[in-house]
Amino acid sequence: MAILSKKDSKLILDPLADNNPITIQVLGICSALAITAELKASIVMALSVLFVLGLGNVVISLMRNIIPSKIRIIVQLVVVATLVIIVDQVLKAFAYELSKTLAVFVGLIITNCIIMGRFEAFALGNGVWRSFLDGIGNAAGYGVILIIVGFFRELLGSGTLLGFPVLGNPIEKTGLYAIGYENNGFMLLSPMALIVVGILIWVQRSRNPALIEEN
Amino acid sequence: MNKENNIYTVLFACLMVVVVGSILAYLASALSGKIKENERFEKQQNILYAMGVNENEGEGSVNFVPTDVVEEEFSTYITEQLIIEGDQITKDDQAYMIDLKKELDKLKDGATPKLPVFIGNKDGQTYYIVPMYGKGLWDAIWGFMALDKNMVVQGVYFDHKAETPGLGANIKQRYFMDDFTGESILNGSNYTGIKVVKGNNDPVNEIKDDNEVDALAGATITGNGVSAMIAKTVNLYKDYFETLRNQG
Repeated sequence: MAILSKKDSKLILDPLADNNPITIQVLGICSALAITAELKASIVMALSVLFVLGLGNVVISLMRNIIPSKIRIIVQLVVVATLVIIVDQVLKAFAYELSKTLAVFVGLIITNCIIMGRFEAFALGNGVWRSFLDGIGNAAGYGVILIIVGFFRELLGSGTLLGFPVLGNPIEKTGLYAIGYENNGFMLLSPMALIVVGILIWVQRSRNPALIEEN
Repeated sequence: MNKENNIYTVLFACLMVVVVGSILAYLASALSGKIKENERFEKQQNILYAMGVNENEGEGSVNFVPTDVVEEEFSTYITEQLIIEGDQITKDDQAYMIDLKKELDKLKDGATPKLPVFIGNKDGQTYYIVPMYGKGLWDAIWGFMALDKNMVVQGVYFDHKAETPGLGANIKQRYFMDDFTGESILNGSNYTGIKVVKGNNDPVNEIKDDNEVDALAGATITGNGVSAMIAKTVNLYKDYFETLRNQG
């Protein structure tokens, strides 16, 4: 990447792999369980978090020198909540359909620990541009995991991707179903999201043994 | 200035509340007209959807009448709007704006709720459309149910505030809503409603006289909420339905 210095591009690339917020830091698990039963919801959530975390990090970084440290957590909460409500209201007025799809995510975004975590750990101590990159990088790392989990849960649980039947029709027994394949309804339940995330962590750690902690 | 000093902290907090408060208040008042209009159009779209006036294409899509023509279509297809208040039935062409949640809350105080009914006419057939309101797993669920004179469902529309995406949220999918069409809310002469049940051995919903539709996998509580919502609605409108049936 020529546009970004080596240090800056690390901010974006690290959270995608070796410092992933979900698989390494184990943050944001709650929303990863709640909305990954289908791919579309995962993508929408990933984009929403990308927007809020990118912008939120910038706002917090701009204010970093005037925020009193005693109430910094409250200030951070107010910033996320305000951003999310502004987006929600504007969408309700100008893109009503989209706002209805997003309504369920509003609460999940405000309480997402990745967002508070990045404000606290990064934006409070770094400049605007670097905070923005950090926000985008972490949101992307979070989004990638969400999309992978959503992909497997929807494919194996419902036999569809983004709502399109890709494995044939389970009722008329076409495609894969003709040879006796069945959808695994268990994939639709939240515990399977944890198990899929667990498998991802396993794969990632066995590919990169440096990530395994010494006991 | 010292950032850690108490006066600074309190001043900062006050200022922040004032700034954020004014931004949000300004936004809310500036956008409220547009948001209200969207909500009104949505209600009209939903009512029309239940009676089969929609732009559905193919198997999976749920497409409403577009917002720029919905007002016109609504006045074409909905011939009468009634409000049932106890024994009294009055006509009111703003009946669709009634907030059913508020009306149902009146029941708890022992007051009489205002219950709207929309009478639609399409291709010579008459539809009686009633609104529904209930509880899902996380938050409110609501919808509209279009019936014919014999209490057979002609179409439904469900919606929800915050059911789980991919599970309970699927109550607004075609494959779930379409299952209700053809089911009767009557069992003999009892108003039983329609139940959402697991494992009724009828996944494609061919049996239309069992007052049951197949549940959604992983969404038991939302499904129970839908059953309860229909039962509650049917119970509230029972007397009106009975007079409809007796008219022959």
